[in-house]
Amino acid sequence: MSVTTENPAVPAVPPTEIADRIHGFVRARFPQVEIAPNQDIFAMGFINSLFAMELVMFIEKTFGRSVPNDELRIDNFRTVEAMAGLVGRLRLAVSDS
Amino acid sequence: MTTPIAAPPAPPSGALPTIDRASARAFAEEFITPVADVYDRAGAVPEEIQERIGERGLWAPFLPTRHGGRDLDMVTLGAVHEEMGRACSSVRSLLTVHTMLAWALMRWGSAEQIERWAPDVATGRVRGAFCLSEPGAGSDAAGIGTNVRPHKGGWLLNGRKKWITGGSRADLYLVFARNESSIVALLVPRTAPGVGVTPIDDMLGTRASLIAEIDFTDVELGPDALLGPSSFASGMVLSGTLDLGRYSVACGSVGIIQACLEACAHYTTHRTVGGSRLRDLALIRAKLSDMVTDVRAARLLCERAGELKDAEDPATLMATWVAKYFASTAAARHSSEAVQVHGANGMSTDYPVARLYRDAKVMEIIEGSNEIQRITIADEAFREVAQ
Ligand SMILES: Cc1cc2nc3c(=O)[nH]c(=O)nc-3n(C[C@H](O)[C@H](O)[C@H](O)COP(=O)(O)OP(=O)(O)OC[C@H]3O[C@@H](n4cnc5c(N)ncnc54)[C@H](O)[C@@H]3O)c2cc1C
Repeated sequence: MSVTTENPAVPAVPPTEIADRIHGFVRARFPQVEIAPNQDIFAMGFINSLFAMELVMFIEKTFGRSVPNDELRIDNFRTVEAMAGLVGRLRLAVSDS
Repeated sequence: MTTPIAAPPAPPSGALPTIDRASARAFAEEFITPVADVYDRAGAVPEEIQERIGERGLWAPFLPTRHGGRDLDMVTLGAVHEEMGRACSSVRSLLTVHTMLAWALMRWGSAEQIERWAPDVATGRVRGAFCLSEPGAGSDAAGIGTNVRPHKGGWLLNGRKKWITGGSRADLYLVFARNESSIVALLVPRTAPGVGVTPIDDMLGTRASLIAEIDFTDVELGPDALLGPSSFASGMVLSGTLDLGRYSVACGSVGIIQACLEACAHYTTHRTVGGSRLRDLALIRAKLSDMVTDVRAARLLCERAGELKDAEDPATLMATWVAKYFASTAAARHSSEAVQVHGANGMSTDYPVARLYRDAKVMEIIEGSNEIQRITIADEAFREVAQ
């Protein structure tokens, strides 16, 4: 199973800003609609594999953590809040190891 | 007009050869360009040249050095693939599919899978191919019928893949198959019992790219055959792999335009009609000026997509679609004009433009056809622009 790795070149984002950054990315991709942090973006029908890939790349680049295969679960990406939770867990996983 | 390329300096003794645009061009000029038409007619890139590609470290130089690669950045990789495309699209196609497998392995593989395969994939001792298309499904990847199901603690694979570049020669197949509701990626060795390979000859373009149909009949695989997640995210393995393939094809298409330009500049300088050199005729000059403009524009789009890949910026995905659409359509247009400029000679095997023309057509079909590219790019336009 793949593990989380850290890119030390990426400056740490303060925990309070994690959800804002993700929300900003999602909103910028869909400027024509209002998306709340707890809203299911899959249920809105926006997700295709291209956007899913963009989301993962954005998270990895912005927060300097690779997302291991076993965290690539739909529930981790349904809402901005779920994604922020995932990032929080990945940060802990690296600091624990 | 030829892109000025400085001669590569000789590497210090014992050092690995440099991999950059100049060294790729020197290699292609020495070993590939002079015989590309021979490969085309014979319908195969010979094994010997594939081994030379390995000796130069060109199969997967973007892999990390710790796994046998050279840590090459994506912009330089694009330049290398452009130079290969300028020489021979069949060779470039073999590099493309190998690149796709190597990238998917590195991006999605477990530590064990990487350790097992990466060193041999890096050197080209193990050659890769990408198996998505089927007799009944191409653009519509969701329509594939090849299926995989859990079996004796591993997997059982059944189905048929068609138009597989490098398939006749590859040692390891990256196979996309349906598993319940998702499409998953599997690493399947050619030697696995139940794998059947039937070469496909006499294609219109990229005739030497060792295309094959691959049958999988009750192929039993271990649990370690699954590459990447099997959940909703498995589609990302396919998207990411196709993105790299698209990038390589875009760069290869730039190489085709460059080759057309050079062939036309040479031919029109020597051919006269009614006492005038072709190069002095306004309508001919117009064709060449369009080639110059488009090759530069296409190269810039590719470089931009490569820079975004190096920065791991998600915007690279759309930048690559745009680069591939622009470069492949420009290659098809200019290779047609290149045949036109050569007159009847352009239809013969005496000049390379006939091959360039046939190869360019392929670029408009593979890694997302023109129509699929336009659909995706238009979707992006509507997504970007607030209504
Ligand atoms: C030389 C060559 C090498 C190849 N190598 C590989 C390989 O290594 N691995 C692999 O998996 N595949 C490979 N392919 C297959 C290639 O990926 C497919 O040919 C391609 O995806 C198109 O699929 P198709 O041929 O089934 O055409 P179809 O999907 O049947 O499409 C037929 C036509 O309809 C158009 N079309 C499809 N959908 C739409 C739509 N929604 N709206 C408008 N128009 C549409 C297409 O653009 C096309 O013009 C190769 C093909 C060639 C020619």
